[in-house]
Amino acid sequence: MAATMKNVEEIRTRVILEEFGVKNVHTTDFPGNYPGYDDTWDMQKFQKKFSIDIVNLDESSIEFDMVGIDAAIANAFRRILLAEVPTMAIEKVFIYNNTSIVQDEVLAHRLGLIPIKADPRLFEYRNAGEESSEEEGSEIDTIQLQLKIKCSRNPRASKDDSDPRELYLNHMVYSKDIKWVPIGNQADVFGDSSIGPVHDDILIAQLRPGQELDIIMHCVKGIGKDHAKFSPVATASYRLLPEITLLEPVEGEKAERLKGCFSQGVIDLEDVNGTKVAKVVNSRLDTCSREVLRHSDLKDVVKLGRVRDHFIYTVESTGILPPEILVMEAIKVLMAKCQRFLNELDSTDMD
Amino acid sequence: MAVEGEKKTVLEMIQADGADEGCVTFVLHDEDHTLGNSVRYMIMKNVDVEFCGYTITHPSESKINFRIQTRGGIPATEPLRKGLNDLNDVCQHVLNTFQAKVNAFKEGQETSME
Repeated sequence: MAATMKNVEEIRTRVILEEFGVKNVHTTDFPGNYPGYDDTWDMQKFQKKFSIDIVNLDESSIEFDMVGIDAAIANAFRRILLAEVPTMAIEKVFIYNNTSIVQDEVLAHRLGLIPIKADPRLFEYRNAGEESSEEEGSEIDTIQLQLKIKCSRNPRASKDDSDPRELYLNHMVYSKDIKWVPIGNQADVFGDSSIGPVHDDILIAQLRPGQELDIIMHCVKGIGKDHAKFSPVATASYRLLPEITLLEPVEGEKAERLKGCFSQGVIDLEDVNGTKVAKVVNSRLDTCSREVLRHSDLKDVVKLGRVRDHFIYTVESTGILPPEILVMEAIKVLMAKCQRFLNELDSTDMD
Repeated sequence: MAVEGEKKTVLEMIQADGADEGCVTFVLHDEDHTLGNSVRYMIMKNVDVEFCGYTITHPSESKINFRIQTRGGIPATEPLRKGLNDLNDVCQHVLNTFQAKVNAFKEGQETSME
């Protein structure tokens, strides 16, 4: 295909979705690739083109657009949100008594996955050094929790009851039964914002009369790279903004079928001189299923693509930190990584 | 020319004997595509760089081999330093913009609720 002016713009700025593949996936705007274009890094140009637009924000999730940045950096933010923003989670489980039907290791695994509402920025990482002498852990790097519950028969239940909720007391162990045990000066520092699981209604185990759980748990700070329980997001993902271009006017019954090929709200039928003409109204809603390319008479009418530098992020938090704080922490983690290597470069240059 | 930290190395430089300072392979420890790809992008945007690429030598080891070749005899540490600084500035700008937009959004929400 000849690299005409319009074509070059398309190669540089769009990812094309075709019937049997995707074209122009890689970033090519590096200096020297295109004659007549100056692609050298220019902070002023970047700042002019860059923008963020918050679409939706509530306590547990955020949806925002990031425009004018490259996929390498956008992906770095996503990877950091999933795996390198630290949180607190239960790491050591000291089981003093477990007569329930759930095995010790299964119970410990379940406890580890419970999200703990404690601001990880106020804690330190536990020293990876000698573990034997530091079983207790200090107040700056450990949160101690306790789960002590015993199931018994309900004395007030009638004789012919069969519902476990009537017959037994404490037969379902929920995360609200986990109590925080402050160590050191934690009671003064965190007194008002009580530390505990984010959700109260996570079912941990089921008991019957006579069975009991007596467990002490230590929470430490960690990152998702180490174990997925430390990941602060339910998920963090992004997609590129879809772009649908109609190459020729589509009318009548063909327009109705074209409308049906895309998600609802993407294509609208306008009334022009009595006939219905298709028009692209909101390509952002499209899920890019490429259904239109399965119809032989419709596939040459449409050009499907994505805008290369427009990222629509969706970040859903597990509740430990608000989602906007999570995104800001992720950006700070990337800055810290750069700083680490810059310091290393500087220190070796001094030698 | 290995660069030592106290106990753990963070960054090493490996240079072929006889070659000039412009062609160096850096070994970055405890890193993966997160930093590798983004730094590679920033360094590729530098006109003085003739070649820039990174590999993860083995998925079980968390280190990357980062190779930079410059034109014109420029030492390879310079584009690396510039790339890291530029990435730092990009992140700072993204952070500032994001913070401003979040505050504006929250204020907009508050005024619409009153």
